Amino acid sequence: MAQITLKSLAHSYSPSPSGPEDYAIREMEHVWHQGGAYALLGPSGCGKSTLLNIISGLLTPSDGQVLFDDRVVNELAPEERNIAQVFQFPVVYDTMTVYDNLAFPLRNVGTPAAKIRERVAEVADVLDLTSLLKRKARNLTADEKQKVSMGRGLVRDDVSAILFDEPLTVIDPQLKWKLRRKLKEIHERFNITMIYVTHDQLEASTFADKIAVMYEGQVVQFGTPRELFETPAHTFVGYFIGSPGMNLMEVARTEEGVRTGTVDLTLPPALRNAIHRSRSRNIKLGIRPEFVEVLTEPGEASYPVEIDNVQDLGTYRIVSFTFAGMPFRARLGEDQPLPRRHAYVRFPEAWLNLYIDEFRVEVGQ
Amino acid sequence: MNKVYNNRAWFLILPMLMLVAFSAIIPLMTVVNYSVQDVFDANTRFFTGTEWFEVMLNDPALQAALLRQFAFSFTILAIEVPLGIGIALLMPKRGWQASAVLILITLPLLIPWNVVGSIWQLFTRGDIGLMGVGIRELGYAYNITRNPADAWATIILMDVWHWTPLIALLCYSGLRSIPDAYYQAARIDRASKWAVFRYIQLPKLTNVLVIGVLLRFMHSFMIYAEPFVLTGGGPGSSTTFLSQSLTTMAIGQQDLGPSAAFSLIYFLIILLVCWVFYTAIMNSQKDNTTQGGA
Repeated sequence: MAQITLKSLAHSYSPSPSGPEDYAIREMEHVWHQGGAYALLGPSGCGKSTLLNIISGLLTPSDGQVLFDDRVVNELAPEERNIAQVFQFPVVYDTMTVYDNLAFPLRNVGTPAAKIRERVAEVADVLDLTSLLKRKARNLTADEKQKVSMGRGLVRDDVSAILFDEPLTVIDPQLKWKLRRKLKEIHERFNITMIYVTHDQLEASTFADKIAVMYEGQVVQFGTPRELFETPAHTFVGYFIGSPGMNLMEVARTEEGVRTGTVDLTLPPALRNAIHRSRSRNIKLGIRPEFVEVLTEPGEASYPVEIDNVQDLGTYRIVSFTFAGMPFRARLGEDQPLPRRHAYVRFPEAWLNLYIDEFRVEVGQ
Repeated sequence: MNKVYNNRAWFLILPMLMLVAFSAIIPLMTVVNYSVQDVFDANTRFFTGTEWFEVMLNDPALQAALLRQFAFSFTILAIEVPLGIGIALLMPKRGWQASAVLILITLPLLIPWNVVGSIWQLFTRGDIGLMGVGIRELGYAYNITRNPADAWATIILMDVWHWTPLIALLCYSGLRSIPDAYYQAARIDRASKWAVFRYIQLPKLTNVLVIGVLLRFMHSFMIYAEPFVLTGGGPGSSTTFLSQSLTTMAIGQQDLGPSAAFSLIYFLIILLVCWVFYTAIMNSQKDNTTQGGA
């Protein structure tokens, strides 16, 4: 049981890093609270596995500190950190039975046999492994093996956190859902901090209470799934979360207002002022496809567009159109009327996000 | 899909059949042919049935050679397998050291059998050989031409030197193929070094070890050139192994019938031992509580 704090943590694989691009993890501050269910979400190569290995102690960070509660654990080996880790590919001890696999971490620290029996029985029960206890681990299916590797983490009662490194990669889709629910159940029952690394937003949002989105070695946003959706703190979060991702338009200041491409935008004064105050040349406006309004008739602050194509996905439709020379998408319910070719779109101001140098800027209304 | 029945397709396996015929069946049948006849000259021969087989199986000299052969094969296996695993575990994993060690380890494997025999023959000579002289200097009257124990120890040492690298190389490749996650999981599970070896490394080595043991058993069971050059089968017949007895009989004495029968028995023994070993290993890997499948 512990709170995990990352203090000015950074990591570079090169011995003499010269710039930020040499860092797999760029300097960050982060706190994982005791008992939370967290996801670490990001594309391949963003540093999420590196971060996980730093927390578990398989890697020693080049800069900064890792704290468990108030104790600096940088120098502690994984075996001294009371942490469990589940890997992408299930790791089981082939020649042992499922029972022996689950008992292994306990036997290694000399736990009395009676205690081992009790713990293994409990964990096997939670994971539905009871009927398999006598089987050799090598003959299990991938999802059973993955449950065994999770079980080895759960069986120790001194574990302060369980780290999952894309644990469902090799699991069949219909079993993924079952295992995810199992994880959730375990989390509620054992009150253990869990950090779950994945590149799948659905997996992250069904498992975690709070998601840390990583991009190029940085945590660009740490928030609930809803916050990630409604107020993405970074253009990458907008693009990465949601299906399809956020529409982004580059905007430029003009004498009177704001223009994107060849189109002058009608914006609320607060937003326009915020853009005018900024010195940056990298200014973007973002809106989720779900919030773009598509109209058949011109309305207030609407822009005429040409519809390129419509994808019908059953319960909703994705409308692609070109706005100011940029491809845009809108997500419409199946019963909403849809113009054939010429349409008008509106961007409701409540859902317009302003990004200056890729980070979101809060605009007072 | 419609299945087309066309028996002419059988002709497609003809090339393969011919290849196997020339490489295995015809030579083997020649031997079978000799083993059931008593051949006097090109025109005079008698059918003898199983007589040669009975004679061979009851020949005390051959029985002794067979026992020596088993003793030799099992001794070198008992030394080479653990030693090979040990060397593989100690070999560096990466960098130039890994390549250098690999080359050094491989060297003995590249030397032809009879050359190995010659090298050791010179090496162990009491007058000029480094090892022979060295041991004598230490106060032990080392002599492989007089003392059977010395001859045995030297032959075993020679085989271990020549062939342990094979086991080490196989194990090294087996060890390299173990994903890092296994070692990481073991660290997190607080496994001791011994537990890592026993439950991760050794199980992952099973397959290469089966190949290694089978190869080494077959090789050592057929060993000929090395002891022949080193000791000539002596002192007395203390290091005369099966293949040397066979050669003496077939080439030296031109006893075609008995040596043919003996060859077949020899072949069947190797086949039997390999089969038993392989089946035993494969059975031990099976899950006893599951029926079929998996």
